[in-house]
Amino acid sequence: MNQPIIELKSVTKSFGPVNVLKGIDFTAHEGRVTALVGDNGAGKSTLIKGLAGVQPYDGGEVLFEGEPVHLHHPRDASRHGIEVVYQDLALCDNLDIVQNMFLGREEMATGAFDEGRMEVEAAAALQSLNVRTVSSLRQKVASLSGGQRQTVAIARAVVKQARVVILDEPTAALGVAQTEQVLNLVRRLADNGVAVVIISHNLQDVFQVADDISVLYLGSMTARLRREDTNADDVVGYITGTKSMEAMA
Amino acid sequence: MSGDSADVTSQSDVARTAARESDAPTLLGKGVENSPLEHGRAYLQRLRGGEMGALPAIGGLLVLFVIFHFANDLFTTPRNMANLITQAAPLVVLGMALVFVLLLGEIDLSAGVTFGVAMAVFVKYTQPDGLSWPVALLLSLGIGFTIGFVIGFFVARIGVPSFVVTLGLFLGLQGVILMIIGAGGTYRLIPEPIKAIQNSNLAPWEGWALLALVLAILVGVAMWDRVRRSRAGAPNPSIWIPMVKLIAIAAVGVAFVLFLNIDRGGVNRAIQGVPIVVPFVLAIGMVGTYVLDRTRFGRYMYAIGGNREAARRSGVNVTLIKWSAFVICSSLAVVAGLLFVSRVGSADASTGREIVLSGVAAAVVGGVSLFGGRGRLMHAAVGALVIATIENGLGLLGFSAGATLAVSGGVLILAATVDALARRRSGAVT
Ligand SMILES: Nc1ncnc2c1ncn2[C@@H]1O[C@H](COP(=O)(O)OP(=O)(O)O)[C@@H](O)[C@H]1O
Ligand SMILES: [Mg+2]
Repeated sequence: MNQPIIELKSVTKSFGPVNVLKGIDFTAHEGRVTALVGDNGAGKSTLIKGLAGVQPYDGGEVLFEGEPVHLHHPRDASRHGIEVVYQDLALCDNLDIVQNMFLGREEMATGAFDEGRMEVEAAAALQSLNVRTVSSLRQKVASLSGGQRQTVAIARAVVKQARVVILDEPTAALGVAQTEQVLNLVRRLADNGVAVVIISHNLQDVFQVADDISVLYLGSMTARLRREDTNADDVVGYITGTKSMEAMA
Repeated sequence: MSGDSADVTSQSDVARTAARESDAPTLLGKGVENSPLEHGRAYLQRLRGGEMGALPAIGGLLVLFVIFHFANDLFTTPRNMANLITQAAPLVVLGMALVFVLLLGEIDLSAGVTFGVAMAVFVKYTQPDGLSWPVALLLSLGIGFTIGFVIGFFVARIGVPSFVVTLGLFLGLQGVILMIIGAGGTYRLIPEPIKAIQNSNLAPWEGWALLALVLAILVGVAMWDRVRRSRAGAPNPSIWIPMVKLIAIAAVGVAFVLFLNIDRGGVNRAIQGVPIVVPFVLAIGMVGTYVLDRTRFGRYMYAIGGNREAARRSGVNVTLIKWSAFVICSSLAVVAGLLFVSRVGSADASTGREIVLSGVAAAVVGGVSLFGGRGRLMHAAVGALVIATIENGLGLLGFSAGATLAVSGGVLILAATVDALARRRSGAVT
């Protein structure tokens, strides 16, 4: 495989005495969907919050295109084109769709917002994802359904030419049709050359959309597999800890 | 975006889109609301969704005007209207000051006594043989800035609830005022330019010039927006939408200036014109609105009020913006205090003690949410007019100050209830 766009080398993170990440290695590649799976509390969200710069790692190394980088602030991640769609939807109910999509990276012209340009770019982002359910860009997010919000959250991630998009359980709260839709968006992103990392509990979803599968177990990466080399039973084994790569070696 | 764009979509995509559309809730308008009709429909839908803005307050204000007009001959006279404006002005500015913290879901109970302290200093040190008034004014503004800075430190930096910090200051600063002025002491306001703000009027032609200037700014901004939108390739809404708004504002403005240009003096002396305080308040309102609507700082205030964590994850410096909001609030409160003493003509140990709850009431009555994230400066201004009209009208009818307080309190609770219901309606979780 070519050089990964993101490479984590033995990153660690603890909250007080609790070691949540115990030296994790992880990679994500452009044009590929990497699924990050693991039981509740395994440390998946903590791992990606470090990449997002909202909760920096304590130790270890982050390489972006082979170069070491420091991700200590959401802006650091943004600068590298790393965008995150959070599990607890990080949208502001009182703002409209365009305002949410550009929050923190508004287009300015002569000291004031360039609303027209943001509207056009927001529309283009939604179009590139083939989203048609949202009929008014200027409606408040509060008035959207769960699936529509998820769509806006994903569109927010791609509006600025993201190179890495990370989605934390994007389908957990969705119905069947909406899940299908989101998985399609995920696939389309990767096909456009974006490196996608998706966290999911649903192995069916994972096998439908992922190229690579990484398994976290109690803060350690117990398996990094290619989809075609594995099956659901194996992955369940790694998730529950009854199976490990070391044991096989 | 419109749904009829001809892009490459496979059959299955179309089917899926249709399936999705059926389980989606009804949406507002389509894309940008381009025609006045669509605009109107979207507006109605927003109203039904609980986004009522200043509408209830404007309705209430009209009702109050009608009631007081018929209940008392003096109410709608030019003299009383000018009086009402100067009465309302400090409350309007205080209400607008509070919007900056209310938007974040915070509160500043010390805003009134903050201006009390600043005005105690101002009035005391502008007595004959004291400081020149511009120096004293800078000093007072500095006091407001400093108090806001201290509140911001505790709330934004340390994380103490603003209710507690500002309640503490509400008590503590009253002590400071007492130390500056002395119990039972009163200082008369001396500087003529400061007295003039609330006691002199623009010449009639100046009133018209002011109106022309305001309209020119509004038209200019509206045109600038359209030019920029079309330059970016975004569709412009029908020209009638800004036009109708501007015509309405112009009509109200013309009536306002005409009415206040009527001579309201006695036999010996003509008194006429728009009170000087009006351009002051307009300037604060317009600059503040520009900041809130069109700059990052303003947008981030709404974002923090709506979802603090989302704002933080989007790279917003929550601490800095919160901190600044308290500084702005306290500094603007000093301006409100200046208008207050300009009208009253003196400062004593109780200056600013009572007014803060009226300020909060003004904002909430006008449609600013106590939960944060929703509200505009204009809302606080309308709300302040409602509160001031109640005081003025009931006073004319001979009701006691007690009755006025009771009614204003009732209106505040009513407005807060409307706020809570609107919030439920908009689907926000508690
Ligand atoms: N901010 C925090 N403070 C303390 N403990 C935390 C914090 N965030 C996560 N944890 C703990 O870290 C562990 C991993 O959490 P998380 O990364 O959310 O797991 P996952 O997303 O895999 O379900 C859990 O035990 C959780 O309680
Ligand atoms: Mg999680």
